[in-house]
Amino acid sequence: MEKFEPVIVAFCCNYCAYTAADMAGSKRLCYPPNIKIIRVPCSGKVDAIHIIKALEKGADGVLVAGCLEGDCHFKNGNIEASKKVTYIKNLLDEIGIGGERVEMVLMSAGMGERFAQTAIDITKKIRVLGPNPAKSFTPDKASNDL
Amino acid sequence: MITAERKPMEELIECLRPYHRILLVGCNECVTVCSAGGRKEVGILSSALQMAFMKEGKTLEIREITLERQCDPEYIEELVTDISQAEAVMSMACGCGVQEIAKRFKEKPVFPAVNTSFMGASEQQGVWAERCQGCGDCVLGITGGICPVARCSKQLFNGPCGGSTTGKCEINPDIDCAWQLIWDRMKALGIEENYEKNMPPKDWRTSRGGGPRTIIREDLAK
Ligand code: SF4
Ligand code: SF4
Repeated sequence: MEKFEPVIVAFCCNYCAYTAADMAGSKRLCYPPNIKIIRVPCSGKVDAIHIIKALEKGADGVLVAGCLEGDCHFKNGNIEASKKVTYIKNLLDEIGIGGERVEMVLMSAGMGERFAQTAIDITKKIRVLGPNPAKSFTPDKASNDL
Repeated sequence: MITAERKPMEELIECLRPYHRILLVGCNECVTVCSAGGRKEVGILSSALQMAFMKEGKTLEIREITLERQCDPEYIEELVTDISQAEAVMSMACGCGVQEIAKRFKEKPVFPAVNTSFMGASEQQGVWAERCQGCGDCVLGITGGICPVARCSKQLFNGPCGGSTTGKCEINPDIDCAWQLIWDRMKALGIEENYEKNMPPKDWRTSRGGGPRTIIREDLAK
């Protein structure tokens, strides 16, 4: 069987995880290419709908990465984000997709190693979980007015 | 606003199981404000339903639409084209919206996606609480702006029961005793004498006691 290469969408806050990913790059740290980064102005910008749409469109896992507690540049965006992540985890459990496909992590801009390690860990975890069970079909949506 | 909460996914999945093409209809009014059935919730539910069915190897085609209001026939008319292509409709509006769709499109099955709860106000972001039961004979002017019908667990009209403790209700210590609130507000307004007045037994015929109610404005009605 072909080795399963998961697609993991990582919503990264501009002020921490995105910079940490950059730092990991400049330090030449190796991390799996499965992580597809989407830069957001604050993790608090990430809404439940972004996470679930990523999964519906075929992602195998989603990572939301925000600043360390107390360090959010917009005061509590990271706390708000983690509530959204919990909401989606519960919804995914309810529909049998499994909430463990979505994770929230906190880091600072200087934590290049932490970013690389997180990328390694989540890729490993999603590999064990296997492909998103809803992925094998991509129905033609009649419309999506969002 | 009218508040509502999404039904459990299992219940929603079950009622859509026989269908392959559905129309998911949100409403831009109350259910948008209480985050139960607005455009965003339509998007989230649509994804969740599709994923739930894809997991089972079935494709559920969902067309999403959010109407300005689902409780007005003029807006319901906007569904004509989309509904003709769907086998069933799921509405995220309150019970009024669901029934308007059922009334207009007699041949289409329509399912509620939310449980309609109460008329309430938002206490803070993400928290809503009951405020009015539409009794049809409002007494807020006497009770200092706090409703004894909707906010007193026993719907008392002449002061608190014996269970009011440190401002909390004996039925549920998480909620304020309505009569404590009424008294505090009467004092603040200097209308304590209202408290001494005996309120006669309420005539519930203006409420649900008289069966389903209708309001007819002769000057507006055709
Ligand atoms: S007294 Fe009746 S109309 Fe007034 S707020 Fe209470 S339930 Fe509503
Ligand atoms: S404690 Fe207050 S709110 Fe609760 S039932 Fe008694 S009077 Fe009503």
